[in-house]
Amino acid sequence: MQKERKREGDVRIPSGCAISGIFRRDGRRIGGEKIVESISVMHDRSNGLGGGFAGYGIYPEYKDLYAFHVFYESTAARQECEAFLERHFDIVNLSKIPVRRTPRITDEPLIWRYFAAPLPTRLAASQLDEREFTARCVVRVNSTVDGAYIFSSGKNMGVFKAVGYPEDVGAFYRLEEYAGYCWTAHGRYPTNTPGWWGGAHPFALLDYSVVHNGEISSYDANRRHIEMFGYRCNLLTDTEVITYVIDYLVRRQGLSLEEAANVIAAPFWSTIDGLPAEKRERMTYLRNAFSSLLITGPFSILLGFTGGMMALNDRLKLRSMVIGEKGDTTYVASEECAIRAVEPALDKLWAPRGGEPVVVTLKGGVR
Amino acid sequence: MRITAGNMHFRELNEQIRACPDAEIEIDGCLGQRYIGSGLADKTLLVGGIPGNALGAYLDGGTIVTEGNAQDAAGDTMNDGAIIIHGSCGDGAGYAMRGGKIYIHGDVGYRAGIHMKAYRGKLPVLVVGGTAGSFLGEYQAGGVIVVLGLRRPAGTPLTGYFCGTGMHGGKMFLRCPERPEGLPERIRAAEASAADLTEIGGYLDEFCAAFGEDRRELLAERFWVLTPDGENLYRRLYTSV
Amino acid sequence: MEAFGFFYPEYEVVRDGGRCTVCRVCERQCANGVHTYDPERGVMLADETKCVDCQRCVCLCPARALKIVESGNTFRRDENWTAPAISEVCRQAGSGGVLLSSMGNPGKYPVYWDRMLINASQVTNPPIDPLREPMETRTFLGAKPQRIERDEKGRIKNNLAPQLELEVPVMFSAMSYGSISYNAHAALARAAEELGTYYNTGEGGLHEDFYRYGKNTIVQVASGRFGVHKDYLNAGAAIEIKMGQGAKPGIGGHLPGRKIVGDVSRTRMIPEGSDAISPAPHHDIYSIEDLRQLVYSLKEATGYQKPVIVKIAAVHNVAAIASGVARSGADVIAVDGFRGGTGAAPARIRDNVGIPIELALAAVDQRLREEGIRGNVSVVAGGSIRSSADIVKAVALGADAVYIATAALLALGCRLCRSCHQGRCNWGIATQRPELVRRLDPEAGARRLVNLVTAWKHEIEEMMGGMGINSIEALRGNRLMLRGIGMTDRELEILGIRHAGE
Repeated sequence: MQKERKREGDVRIPSGCAISGIFRRDGRRIGGEKIVESISVMHDRSNGLGGGFAGYGIYPEYKDLYAFHVFYESTAARQECEAFLERHFDIVNLSKIPVRRTPRITDEPLIWRYFAAPLPTRLAASQLDEREFTARCVVRVNSTVDGAYIFSSGKNMGVFKAVGYPEDVGAFYRLEEYAGYCWTAHGRYPTNTPGWWGGAHPFALLDYSVVHNGEISSYDANRRHIEMFGYRCNLLTDTEVITYVIDYLVRRQGLSLEEAANVIAAPFWSTIDGLPAEKRERMTYLRNAFSSLLITGPFSILLGFTGGMMALNDRLKLRSMVIGEKGDTTYVASEECAIRAVEPALDKLWAPRGGEPVVVTLKGGVR
Repeated sequence: MRITAGNMHFRELNEQIRACPDAEIEIDGCLGQRYIGSGLADKTLLVGGIPGNALGAYLDGGTIVTEGNAQDAAGDTMNDGAIIIHGSCGDGAGYAMRGGKIYIHGDVGYRAGIHMKAYRGKLPVLVVGGTAGSFLGEYQAGGVIVVLGLRRPAGTPLTGYFCGTGMHGGKMFLRCPERPEGLPERIRAAEASAADLTEIGGYLDEFCAAFGEDRRELLAERFWVLTPDGENLYRRLYTSV
Repeated sequence: MEAFGFFYPEYEVVRDGGRCTVCRVCERQCANGVHTYDPERGVMLADETKCVDCQRCVCLCPARALKIVESGNTFRRDENWTAPAISEVCRQAGSGGVLLSSMGNPGKYPVYWDRMLINASQVTNPPIDPLREPMETRTFLGAKPQRIERDEKGRIKNNLAPQLELEVPVMFSAMSYGSISYNAHAALARAAEELGTYYNTGEGGLHEDFYRYGKNTIVQVASGRFGVHKDYLNAGAAIEIKMGQGAKPGIGGHLPGRKIVGDVSRTRMIPEGSDAISPAPHHDIYSIEDLRQLVYSLKEATGYQKPVIVKIAAVHNVAAIASGVARSGADVIAVDGFRGGTGAAPARIRDNVGIPIELALAAVDQRLREEGIRGNVSVVAGGSIRSSADIVKAVALGADAVYIATAALLALGCRLCRSCHQGRCNWGIATQRPELVRRLDPEAGARRLVNLVTAWKHEIEEMMGGMGINSIEALRGNRLMLRGIGMTDRELEILGIRHAGE
């Protein structure tokens, strides 16, 4: 008897990866082909079992609407999901996401896109703010509608991912037809062979998208803690839990990104103990108050969000990550070559220290 | 100083009390604020309204006077000082108190004086003007409990059931014409001698002074004094594995 | 009638006549009076009916002439009516007494620690070398804020409830002065100070000499309220309300008047010779809302400066109880499993009431998470933590820290003869007899405790490093790091772990 392969959510699948990101601080938009070019240089860091991208500023015509990208395994799943969405949202536009067939990308699900706004009556009745309302709807679909998976749910941004090498995924989704001020990319090296597209990265919730490299050792401690606050880690992947942790700290607790980085990649106590009093107190507070959200083990993370991008290494810097700058553009990648491939003449290139976040924002410059 | 409690949270009220430099503080209009005077040692609190549970818990000196009733657990684990209640008091008054005095003009609920203990110079005293509920002085290990039964309607028992159950120290004085009935096996009850009454004379004086009662009237009726029989309850209870 | 009362001794003292020099050390060392000198024959004799197998004479015999073995006298073999079952019936028929015993449940129940295995990293993420790289075991116990708050300048306000800070997530659990000796307390206090952790006064008050260890002391408030007064409450770093104890859930305690002598009387603040009775319940707590009342009365009495720990025994409904405790204002819940020790408990209670700490801990941690209130409290697990591996497993199941007591007593010399209730502890631990107490040197005892916890800390770090975890909080509740072996689906489900191989 043939046993069905376990997919993300049935079993925990550690994976190694490549990541890459491009951010234009002046807000000018660049075509998706650039990021495909960058990530493809690190081909050997992936194994063809997952690739994906997140682009920001790509839907200017619908910038005030939530853009849901959804995988369906069946028409029935689509009908059920759409019925749910229609009960909660005013759907302004819906269509299949245009793709380019390639023999290197197979077994694709139905891939749909919706631009929608929460129904004012439902939103008011929920007593939630718009983002929390939307986030809960997304979590609801993903945990209760069998065969439906919303893999992108932000405004004026979108995630594109599939099982395959990232360069093939980029071609499949025709990324050259999109332009954004920020792009992140991921090439995946999972340790078994899931065939499910939802398990590819980036992982996104609202406008937060995360690509990440490395297997964290704190996974279940983080998961079991974050699930107290309404999140459901359906995929059992590191990226999923990291996204929720950041969402919780930044959106729900109101921490700055730097403060959130001080939680998830907290300095060692020996470092904290040596800080000046005020800073020591703050760092001790953050580490103590959110101790279950400390992430240990190797990781490099690229977090995309509306108007910005953050790069962060684990506190021991067990994964490689370099940052390049050229004029108003910031590049981040697992390897320098991925940056040089798209910008050979950088003004500056450096590797940030472990646990030290690098945040870039529109017009904000590198902080 | 005067504090109007009203709907103030107990934490705020008690902080104000602790912070107040005055030796005497009037607190008006209490409505269930707990822990009033908890752990205080050197103040006089005049409490109006209904103070909440655990009034004067861990009290270490000073005086708390209520103009009316008090609720449960008044004087819990009290060490010193006095609580004077111009009304009745709820359950568990003076639980595990080691020192100080609680005077209650009216009645007291269940389990008053439970686990009272004495130590060195410390001798806790609980005087109840009216009647007491069941389990009065359960596990009493020391100190003095007095129940006067003043103006008790005919047929109303002075104490409830199981009075002095597990008592292994201290004394209980019950003011009633006949030997109290239904006492546990290990309690001795004898009519109070003159010497016994001398022992509590000072407390009765203070009780009368606090509530305007007449000492002669109190002493016009018989008192029974209850003490444990000194047998070790546990000696034959156990055998080694 | 004598025939009914005699049981052949369980243990036999074997003396090697060739080695014995008749130095009579064994005689002087045995408070039970097992060894005597026979001047006529010039040899040592042993009355094994008095022997509790505490191993004191074995350890101190300079000639290595002594050992204690099972005597081998047997009843007719019966898998149902075992030898202890028979002899206990006979004893009770003779005395009419409740069977009394000490220390933890020795029964043949599953030890779930031994059915869980720990993970290690291979390839997909790296193990860490704890000898060279940073490895953190610092732990804070106490409620965590639900929301951060900022001041007018946008700085984060310190809105944390009072916390306990531990350099290693191991504390010494409650043992009262009276149940154990002055010197045992002195050793625990000194060790706690040196280790950056805490010891617990138990319910017998705090000896005046030990106030100086206050910042490493947890003061306990139990139903008897012995030695509880304002200075005592303020003397420690935290206050523990003892609702129950794993060895004897649901029952109180009783220290007989003959043990209430001298300092014990002074520390408990009750007269000499008076029985120290701890009622089964706190008589101001008959319901969960009353617990809240006691928690806040302690906080009021100490100006909200001390975390309040509520210690409960692991009983069937422990998860629901813990949920109630977590909403009571308590900062820490200590759960004590049914193998936890005691200075004296009715044997039937000790051996039949309560549940294993592993299952209780897993259920409590999971329930608190399901209800979203795990951050309200820290969880401390106790009740037979025997090694650093047990600690790693406890933390992975969800404990913030553990309490140890039996292991600490073993470090002080205890050999688990389970006769504490007799008050003749030859190791100077569970006794108040001055000539016995003197045998326990607090300095040496403290050193051994420090050694033990330090060794365990190293081992915890090794295991964490193997898992690629360099801070203990990333292990807490990290149940993926555990796998079960030889367990039923139901057991795995309760523990929230998968079976080895999955």
